[in-house]
Amino acid sequence: MGYVISLILALIGFWLGLSGHYTPLLLSLGGVSILLAVILSARLDILDREGAPYFAAFGIALYLPWLLREIFRANVEVIRACLRADLDINPALVKVKTKSDSDLAKTLFANSITLTPGTVTIEVEPNRLLVHALYEDAAGPMAFAEMDERSCRAIDGHRAKPKGPQS
Amino acid sequence: MIGVSVIALTIALALTLLRALMGPTLYDQVLAVNSFGTKTVLLLGMLGFFMGRPDFLDLAILYALINFVATIAVLKFVRYRSFQVTLVRKDRKKGEG
Amino acid sequence: MEIWQDFVQGFEVLRPWFGGALCPLGATLAVIGSIGSLRFPDFYTRLHAASVTDTGAVTVMLVGMAFLSPHWLVFSKLIVIWVFLFLTGPTASHAIANAAHTAGLQPLIGAEATAEKIEVD
Repeated sequence: MGYVISLILALIGFWLGLSGHYTPLLLSLGGVSILLAVILSARLDILDREGAPYFAAFGIALYLPWLLREIFRANVEVIRACLRADLDINPALVKVKTKSDSDLAKTLFANSITLTPGTVTIEVEPNRLLVHALYEDAAGPMAFAEMDERSCRAIDGHRAKPKGPQS
Repeated sequence: MIGVSVIALTIALALTLLRALMGPTLYDQVLAVNSFGTKTVLLLGMLGFFMGRPDFLDLAILYALINFVATIAVLKFVRYRSFQVTLVRKDRKKGEG
Repeated sequence: MEIWQDFVQGFEVLRPWFGGALCPLGATLAVIGSIGSLRFPDFYTRLHAASVTDTGAVTVMLVGMAFLSPHWLVFSKLIVIWVFLFLTGPTASHAIANAAHTAGLQPLIGAEATAEKIEVD
């Protein structure tokens, strides 16, 4: 039920933010389209933990500033690599272990790695990721530990650490 | 200053197009087309501000959607040689999906 | 209260300047990303150059446009574009990289990357 309500609230915000015309006719049409979207997504069976992760909104809001700071730092590195006269890149393929059990936390972790310039997730295996990095020394074993910790806490933070694979 | 950024974005688009035309592998070309689309979204927004009509942002949203779907569709077609294959999660394959 | 008024007025005066500074900066980042994707030696390294455009240039330019926005509707549309690009950008990058890796394209590792560049020259 929480999934449906959070999806409806998000869609209402989306519609109000895009429309700009608030006459009764258009508002009712917007209500109908929101209802249609919710019914269609319920039929598609995507209203689950991954389709509408409202419980993680607070955790992600706390995680986002840290991620933006990391993205800024990595941007500076890669821009320097792009503009140097001599190409001194040192690309490497590394395997990164992840502690997160749920698919959602793993997705957030992998997407964060891909978002930071200089590292791209190539393959996702059950408990580790294959990462291509522009600089080998920037992708040591401990380089992604903090990101893993924080993204895991952002998704599964308020619940006890789940035992065994779930969902 | 907005005119300057429109010109700079056009230069960036030309360079990306160069990579898309001469990319040695297919994946280089798909990557260049994807990044071309991202820059087009930015250019549409900038043009809206340049002409004093920020309604262009609606087109930018639409272009961002189409760009993503087009990238995934091209990759799927290259991999399976068909659009008919359904992409579902592994644990849902046996259900009705 | 008066300080708040002054703050709002000063912000209204400075807004076009912030916007006019951030938009060309973001466009420059896009040009740098394109230059990087032309210079780098193989597909996987070009992916990193493209992700500068996907994150840095997009964020800086959209923040600049947000400073220039005349109406809150424009602002909300910019937020929608930002969220959408930040959700789909890494997904598309990962899809391309995964497809290339599945198809058997091998990345250049370590000194190979720069060595081949010299050979080409």
